[in-house]
Parts: sequence; structure tokens; C-alpha cells
Amino acid sequence: MKGFPKISPMGERGVLIEFAPIIDEILLQEILFFKNKLENLYIKANVEVINTYNSLLINYLFSIEDVYGEISKLKKLFENAKIEKISDQKIVYLPVCYDEDFGWDLEFISKEKDLTKEEVISLHTAPLYTVYFIGFLPGFLYLGGLDEKLQISRKKQPRLKIEKGAVGIGENQTGIYPKSSPGGWQILGNCPVNLFDKNANPPFEISSGDKVKFERVSKAEFQEIREQILEGKFQLKKEKYEG
Amino acid sequence: MKAKLKVLQPGLLSTIQDFGRRGFQKYGVPSSGAMDKNASKTANLILQNDANAATLEITQMGPKLEFEAAAKIAISGADLSPKLNDSKIENNEIIKAEAGDILSFGRPIIGMRAYLAIKNGFQLEKILESRSWYAEITENTKLEKGMTLTYLSSEEEKIETHTSVKYNDAYLESENLSVFPGPEYDNLPETLKSHLRQSAFSLDKNNNRMAIQLSEILKNELDPIITGPVLPGTVQLTPGGKLIVLMRDCQTTGGYPRVLQLSEDAINTIAQKKTGDKIRFKSAPIPKG
Repeated sequence: MKGFPKISPMGERGVLIEFAPIIDEILLQEILFFKNKLENLYIKANVEVINTYNSLLINYLFSIEDVYGEISKLKKLFENAKIEKISDQKIVYLPVCYDEDFGWDLEFISKEKDLTKEEVISLHTAPLYTVYFIGFLPGFLYLGGLDEKLQISRKKQPRLKIEKGAVGIGENQTGIYPKSSPGGWQILGNCPVNLFDKNANPPFEISSGDKVKFERVSKAEFQEIREQILEGKFQLKKEKYEG
Repeated sequence: MKAKLKVLQPGLLSTIQDFGRRGFQKYGVPSSGAMDKNASKTANLILQNDANAATLEITQMGPKLEFEAAAKIAISGADLSPKLNDSKIENNEIIKAEAGDILSFGRPIIGMRAYLAIKNGFQLEKILESRSWYAEITENTKLEKGMTLTYLSSEEEKIETHTSVKYNDAYLESENLSVFPGPEYDNLPETLKSHLRQSAFSLDKNNNRMAIQLSEILKNELDPIITGPVLPGTVQLTPGGKLIVLMRDCQTTGGYPRVLQLSEDAINTIAQKKTGDKIRFKSAPIPKG
């Protein structure tokens, strides 16, 4: 699209690179290609690059001395780039228990959408969801790819407490609550895996551009995974994503 | 020798902070760190500590703390009437405390947040490369009665009596915040732009380490944006017309239009403001290109 990317300073220590205001998987691949490129460019400098749906933010440790020099350097990089396919993306399989003990709103969703509970669950487990980015809270995944048939408004009255690991739907988004918190999403199930581990390095195994597949597990399997996690024996199922 | 600083009374809100976490925003982890980094740095430099050493950020009503062994300390930032035992002590000086001494605070005189540095820094565990307390990351989130903070006693070391560190404290009382246009600034109508430049705004009671809300209501016609990156110092305009200044513990992304971005100095300045205080936005000089 014309006029994009738009590169501008964001305060003294940030440069914001904005792409077309759309949520789109091809755009995400382009953004992640540039993100890799920027990380390689600044490999020795202390910068942090984060992406969202349509932006890259370069966060510098110190104030940028010559902002416009920096921006023109970046402009050249974007103009001359040949976008290549990213090769290090993976599929992460996340177990979800849709038992009624966890799926507080399954009944409501199925009535509202005129689907059986089984249909709701299979529509939710079918897609290969795309991780656009992680934000909002430590370890919160912004996922794309929810089936339109499952899109549903948030609850009018948010719940005061939603369990950690709760899997829910709010409008066109689905995701997992990384910690107990108040929230308005319609809840379908629970994922027993601790995705964010502050004592691990990196603390989180999923990156922007990865794919997530929800795998239905029974309540017994859910308990078993919980025990494996406590014993430190649980291994997250992952494989390379070939696109 | 390791020694403990014992919390006799916790005060309103005190937390351990350094310069915060870098490199984990891509996992949704806030940067955290001292609200007023200038004051935290100053307190450390007075003691010849690393500028990034952990200090105790003390908000408005200070704690009462007891030293287990001799220590050298310095306090910078807000004047919260610090006392060692029964004697008043000064900010921005090296203070020598003996075993059994009690550090306490009184009435807040100037500013909102004071920083207590201790020679060699507080010896606390680093999590994700920082000692800054934050609810999702560290076990402790605020000072509690009976808690202890570990430090290295500095009994053996010779005492320096004066310091060459200069601390200009004019910003503690300044209303002026130097700001840059935010990513959505250009979408604002001219009337709102000049309103932002010319009016005084006041701090709402909703002000904490995550964000400072301003009380005034603006007429906002901007649409929400596709969730995008935000930083400490980003000023958002909510659909209800309120300005929210994001602070050190802010989320990493947000969906409200980002109308202004505070300079680093301005973040330190607003960190020293309390409910009801006035601030004004002043355009920061644009760097030469």
C-alpha cells in the first residue's frame, strides 16, 4: 500500500514503523521478515524490536542522537529489501480440556450459535491459529484464525475472576488467560500448561509468527498433564512449521 | 558481611526498583523500573554504586526500617521528611547508619517518590535480568511489615564525607512536561492540538505505577486503533475523552490512540506529582537532522 511503511520517532528512544492498518497474515510475514533484519542489523547495539499486527517498534537503550539520520537509514533498508520467507516458525500443540467444569460458557455459545457443544469444540480445535504477537499481559497470545461461526460478543457483565489457563472467545479473538484475572470473554475450556515461566530463559516458548493448535483432552488427561508439570516431566509438543 | 534491613512499618507503598527489564517486552513483560529514574540514579551515584543498582522506591508515606548492621545510605527524589532515630536527615547526602538505627519518614514536603539507596545496592534476586518488583514476575510486590531486605554491611569501609554528585531538584516542583507528538497526534483536530499545548491538566486519583489518569475530559472523535505498541510515557486518549499517561509498569500494547509521548525527563517529572497536581505539555525541541 502506498505511503507504508511509515517511519517516525516515538519519543527520544523509540522509532515506530507502521504498515497498512490491517490484520493480515501476509503482512505479518513481511513485518517479521523486517523484524529479523532489524535484529541482525542491531545485533551489537542494545535495541529491542517488538511487533504487533501492523507495527514494529524499535526501542533503543539510550536517546537517539540523530533521529532523522536513523530514520533515513531505516527507510533505505525497507526500500531495498527483498522479502524472503521466514524459516524458523513452529507449530505448538496446546492441550485444552473442554469439560463442563472448565467450559463455563459452552452451553451459552452453543445455544447462541445454534450449534451442538461438540460442533463448537470441533470448530475451535480445527484451525491452525497464527500467533500475531504477545502483549497485554506476560504471555498473552494475540491469535488470528478463529472460525467466523464462533465469533461472539464478550459478556455484558465481566466475571470478577477467570481461572488461569481459561480458554475463551471475545468477538473475533480467541486466547488463553495467562493468569487469574477479571475478564469478559466467553469461556470454553482450560489449558493446563504453564506457558509463561519467569525462571526459564527464554521465559516463553512461543514467538510471533508461530502457529498454535488446540488439542482436546479429557479431564483425566488434564489432571495427568498437571501432575507431569508438577514433576517437571511435561514436554510441550512442537514441530517445525513448513507453511 | 550480609545484613538485613527490617521492615517495622511498611508505609503506603514501597517497592524495590532498578532501571527495569529489557528484552522481554516481546513476551508481554512490562519494563517496570524506578518511576523517577533520575532520582534513583542520583541516590546510587552519591554512594558510588552502579547507577542501575536496586533502590527502594518510597511513595508519599514512608516506611519505618531498622538496620541490623552498619550501612551507608542516600535518599534522593521527594522530600518525605526522613529521620534517622530522632534526628532529621538530609536528602542527597551520604548518611551513616549504625546497627539498631531506625530510619523513618514523616510528612511529605516536596514530590511524591523518594529513593533509598544503600551502599552496594540491595542484594535481591534478579528475575528476567532485573530486581524490579512486579506482580506477575517477582514474589514480592510491595514492602510488608516483618519483611527483610538484604544488604552488604559497609562497616569496614572508610566513610566519605561529601559527594561531588549534583542533583538539580527543580523538576520535583515543575509543572512542565516536555513531550513529542505521538503516532496518532496528527489525526487530532487543530482545536484539540492547541488545547493540549495550552491548557493545564491535573492528576486524577487514579494514578499508580501502571498509569496516571488526568482529570479533564476532552472531546474525542478519534477511532480506536488496531492494537499497537506503547511505552512508558505514551499518552493515550480514551473513547471517553480522558488522557492516560502510561508509566513504568504499563502493558506493552494498547488500542487507544497515542497522542503524545513524554520525554524521559518528563516521565521522571510526572512521577513526582500527586493527585490534584497540575501539569502542562510543552513541545520538546526537535533534534536536528
